Amino acid sequence: MPPLFKHIFRFILLILFQVFVLDNIRLHQLATPYLYFLFILWLPFNINRTVLLITAFVLGFTLDSFRHHPGFHAAACVMIAYVRPFLINFLIPQEGAETNYEEPSIQSMGGLLPYMIYAGILVFIHNAWLFLLEAWQFENAWYFFSKTFLTTAVCLVLILITEWIFPRKQKFRTNTI
Amino acid sequence: MRNIFLFIRRYFNFLLFIFLQMVCVYFIVSYSKFHEAAFGKTANQITGKINKRYSNIQYYFNLRKTNDSLVKANERLYNQLRLDRQRSDSIQLAQIDSLFTDSLVQASSFVFRGARVVSNAVSTPNNFIVLDGGSAKGFHKGMGVISAEGGVVGIITETSTDFSVVMSLLHKDSRISGKIFKTGETGTVTWDGEQPNVLYMNGIAKSVKVAKGDSIITSGFSTTFPKGLLIGRVEGAYAVPNTNFIKIKITTHTNFYNIQHAYTIENKNATAVNELLKHVQKQLQ
Repeated sequence: MPPLFKHIFRFILLILFQVFVLDNIRLHQLATPYLYFLFILWLPFNINRTVLLITAFVLGFTLDSFRHHPGFHAAACVMIAYVRPFLINFLIPQEGAETNYEEPSIQSMGGLLPYMIYAGILVFIHNAWLFLLEAWQFENAWYFFSKTFLTTAVCLVLILITEWIFPRKQKFRTNTI
Repeated sequence: MRNIFLFIRRYFNFLLFIFLQMVCVYFIVSYSKFHEAAFGKTANQITGKINKRYSNIQYYFNLRKTNDSLVKANERLYNQLRLDRQRSDSIQLAQIDSLFTDSLVQASSFVFRGARVVSNAVSTPNNFIVLDGGSAKGFHKGMGVISAEGGVVGIITETSTDFSVVMSLLHKDSRISGKIFKTGETGTVTWDGEQPNVLYMNGIAKSVKVAKGDSIITSGFSTTFPKGLLIGRVEGAYAVPNTNFIKIKITTHTNFYNIQHAYTIENKNATAVNELLKHVQKQLQ
């Protein structure tokens, strides 16, 4: 499967899963399950930063169209897309791992811990920015923080389950031909 | 000039990031303007079609619950019919039949139309409900929506040809005029964005006595809802510090978790009343 089709397929599948499965699960008003941003986390290492920002905007905007109030998820997605390259530079273990592997995964990040830190920070930023925008006029800080932390925890569990059910085999590519 | 181009090229990603964030905030703030634009309607039509496919499947699994709620609604209506019939004979004789029934029907300015709920949300601070039926069915912006149990659900904010979007009571911009049934005081009913079955009523003076379980009904002061539809029941009352008002906590009559059917309310006098109001406002200016 060409890489572009793979990403389009993921895009559609994650949006549909988010809208029709996860949005119908009501755990608690403090913990909303989100998984659709896995699309951004799984984009390849060598993607152009401009393309990354625009793709993230389109992803967020698509979800917003289903929620009938545009802007919230698009803003959160653009935020994590902007932070992602810095975080990858900071977390990649050895020189050249981003050229050896195609996209971020437990294997290519060098273990479960760096991958979960990578996912955890991005998910936290996504949720914090999203709830901050949504809660523009509520002044309850305690509610905001507990909501952000609980939702992040639920999202991380979902990401772990997804990684476990759909293991992505990463080909080891060397840049020395 | 050259320096400006160099600057833009060097910080292009950062500028794009700032630009996209500003676009998003613009969408959030100017929600209503955006949705009146053609694009909002197209998006609504597309997502509505996808939602309807899914809802057709889900609908099947909820048939039992839907049946139950419809039976209850029927029961309520039957009871109302009984109430009308239980008059003593003499009064019945004194009344002219045609006047009693026909004139009442004509005098009622509200038309109820059923619609199926295609998509529904309760988990965000801004919840919307999508109904299967739009301008082709006669739905239009500003119409009130109630559930099968007879509780208030929300107000239509936008319609396309086949679908309409309802701003549910669970939306931070939702403002509905409510009334305490027992004492008759009116106030504004809002949602604080936390629990999907708890609303708050503001603007009630401290002197008013409310008890747990009192009904809160629509006031009938706006053209959207007729008087007397149940919004919810009083759960408790709290004093607002430094003011002369209390805040009343209400549990909603409508169960927002599983709305399957809804009724839209059309007020035939709405345009006449609104025109009159506009006319008066123009005179005052």
